[in-house]
Amino acid sequence: MSTAARADDSLDPEAFRSGVRAWLDANFPRSLKGRAQLALELDVTGPEAADFNAWKAAMGSKGWGTPTWPAEYGGGGLSKEQAKILSQEMARAGAFNPIGGMGVMMFGPTLLEYGSEEQKQEHIPAICRGEIRWCQGYSEPGAGSDLASLQTFAEDKGDHYIVNGQKTWTSGGQWADKCFALVRTDKSKKHEGITFLLIDMTTPGVTTKPIRLISGASPFCETFFDNVVVPKTNRVGKEGEGWTIGKRLLQHERTNLVGAGAGLNSSKSLPDLAKQYVGTDQNGKLRDADLRARIAMFEMKWRAFLQTARRVADESKSGNGVSVASSILKIAGTKFGQERSELSLEIMGMQGLGWEGEGFSPDELRTTRGWLGGKATTIYGGSTEIQNNVIAKRILGMLDHQ
Amino acid sequence: MAVLSEEQSMLRDMAQDWVNNESPVSAFRKLRDSGSRQGFDPAVYAEMASMGWTGIVIPEAYGGTDFGWFSLGLVLEELGRTLTPSPLASSSAAAAAIVLGGSDEQKDKWLPRIAAGEIVATLATDEGPRHGQGAIETRHFDGKLFGRKQFVDNGDSADLFVVLASDGWYLVDGGSAGLTRSTRSMTDSRSHAEIGFDSVPATKLDCGGEGLTDTILDQARILCAIEMLGMCRQLFDVTLDYLKQRIQFDQVLASFQALQHRMAALFTEIELTRSAVEGALAALDNGGDISVTAAQAKALANDMLNTMSREAIQLHGGIGMTDEFDVGLYIKRARILENAFGNSAFMRDRFAQLLAF
Ligand SMILES: Cc1cc2nc3c(=O)[nH]c(=O)nc-3n(C[C@H](O)[C@H](O)[C@H](O)COP(=O)(O)OP(=O)(O)OC[C@H]3O[C@@H](n4cnc5c(N)ncnc54)[C@H](O)[C@@H]3O)c2cc1C
Repeated sequence: MSTAARADDSLDPEAFRSGVRAWLDANFPRSLKGRAQLALELDVTGPEAADFNAWKAAMGSKGWGTPTWPAEYGGGGLSKEQAKILSQEMARAGAFNPIGGMGVMMFGPTLLEYGSEEQKQEHIPAICRGEIRWCQGYSEPGAGSDLASLQTFAEDKGDHYIVNGQKTWTSGGQWADKCFALVRTDKSKKHEGITFLLIDMTTPGVTTKPIRLISGASPFCETFFDNVVVPKTNRVGKEGEGWTIGKRLLQHERTNLVGAGAGLNSSKSLPDLAKQYVGTDQNGKLRDADLRARIAMFEMKWRAFLQTARRVADESKSGNGVSVASSILKIAGTKFGQERSELSLEIMGMQGLGWEGEGFSPDELRTTRGWLGGKATTIYGGSTEIQNNVIAKRILGMLDHQ
Repeated sequence: MAVLSEEQSMLRDMAQDWVNNESPVSAFRKLRDSGSRQGFDPAVYAEMASMGWTGIVIPEAYGGTDFGWFSLGLVLEELGRTLTPSPLASSSAAAAAIVLGGSDEQKDKWLPRIAAGEIVATLATDEGPRHGQGAIETRHFDGKLFGRKQFVDNGDSADLFVVLASDGWYLVDGGSAGLTRSTRSMTDSRSHAEIGFDSVPATKLDCGGEGLTDTILDQARILCAIEMLGMCRQLFDVTLDYLKQRIQFDQVLASFQALQHRMAALFTEIELTRSAVEGALAALDNGGDISVTAAQAKALANDMLNTMSREAIQLHGGIGMTDEFDVGLYIKRARILENAFGNSAFMRDRFAQLLAF
């Protein structure tokens, strides 16, 4: 498929739409309809594997998993409007994006902005095709909220660095092919001593040790670097620019986290869930008046959150820059997600506290595990406390000494 | 904490030492990872019995020590601190039910064995996932019991069930024909079995008078509340220690005013909760009306532990989410105790009803 054909598509939105529709018709396997959760699986196996892989290959070669990324690096090259049409048509067909992960959400956009031409050519196409898994090597045991205190050291050896140190909470690190990491190249300066490096996880000296969560899952690991050789061509930006680049990437992370852990483990709305577990009186009111009032309060606030997200999107489209309200989205979205989970649990009573096995439905067990795992959403991607500090200091101007 | 008698201080110190030395959280982990169905270690329970804990609310005439509820609370609070699994609370609640409502014959038959820790007893109350929702359907007919009880504490191994039926409480021998047990694996890794009664021989607790049903439940509520308070205290202490050690931005986290105020607020709440829970235990010993204090104590303990179990994770950051670190384990026990014998909404409703508003 040629770049020219894409350019033609962009002339007329309706022509583009019917083109997308025809393409989906020809390429999206009907067996995968509504099976979006497959995209979250590490390796799709079983009966759906062949269809899933075909779908992924089709989307990957079209670049539509990363629709607005430049076509020259394997992206879809679509305008925002076209991307919107694509997602509408996909939703209509019951299709989903099979290409995701940290490469798409965080690293790709950052590399497109800061990477060299060679680096973009090397890394972006593989992300667009969903071939390479990336992980984020930022946090260390001693550097969490205070990320800039990180100690993993990269020693200059001419054409390469020798990296030593430890990262932790590396999501997907045990399955990742590559890691984008913040390392220290200068011990005399805190922020300006940090450099952004790309590290191949198969390099000798890289080891990982999974960490188990209270929810039972092990989505992340400790990552150790022991005399790991990293060519200088894998440095993004200059030495000492890592903090600026790394922070830009965090903005992409936060945008993607908004609404994360929104407790959407159960397919049912809270009122429906409550009707099922608590029951209603002859007037259709929930039998537990106390719970009813709290669900009503939650639903009002949740609507306000969605309204705010929409308002922020509208304001940013109008070209007046980022709305100040955007700073509250991560705090509010994760808070409500956790509240929703707690309410689901209260509604289900003991039935919402099963761990495994007999006596609990899959939905119930998912709700329990999701409730536990969801506690992380207010910790990662900038904790609620750190976001509050940012609001107080940068937006409200409440500084330490005034 | 309330002023203790010399006897009580000794008991508290003994419990504290024992828990610290013999039953740290690692003991709970070991049991959990062994996949125990029983949910506790019988050898540990035998040790508790040898220290006299199993007879604290049982009269001396039946082999107990009759130290009283407040004393039992001192022990349960310590056990709560390290998530020590044991049937002490459920056996004590069941024993107290027999003390209140049992005939001499029933007392003779069961109390000495409970006091000696030879058998495990438990209350079988709820028939659904939410306490107090719907009428009790377990029926007594011609000396036999018919029904199903859910989420029965220590139900996998209990030797004696004190069962709530539509017309009162009944004693059922755990070895009876017609009694079936189905294990439920829950977040706290304890035993919460479903128990079926199909024409199972049962004798009624006939001597307790009018309020027996509620009193037995209120007693159980107060025992839950004190275990929960122990969990709160531990979570608070561990979190406070952590904030004083963990350095970020070149200073200990404890130096950030936002966190200082969070801890000060939790401290305030915990002290309020302690007064309510200790007040309820004292009311049990003094023989006053316990229904209102039980509702208050359980509701406040529920809410306190709900908050504290979330805050402890949040204030620890990533490490609080890991299975390897103790602090995250408490939330998995907390929500179960919150549901046991009535969640906060139920307790608030009951409180208002009792006070006629
Ligand atoms: C599920 C999960 C996945 C993760 N994935 C990744 C990943 O892929 N890659 C990666 O690099 N990292 C990852 N992280 C790490 C995450 O970014 C850190 O946990 C986070 O930055 C917090 O750091 P910390 O855990 O060291 O907590 P700390 O920084 O020690 O914070 C402890 C507590 O103190 C509070 N606090 C800290 N400083 C202040 C202050 N100045 N004022 C007020 N309160 C403060 C915090 O908000 C928190 O409540 C992940 C974490 C989790 C839980």
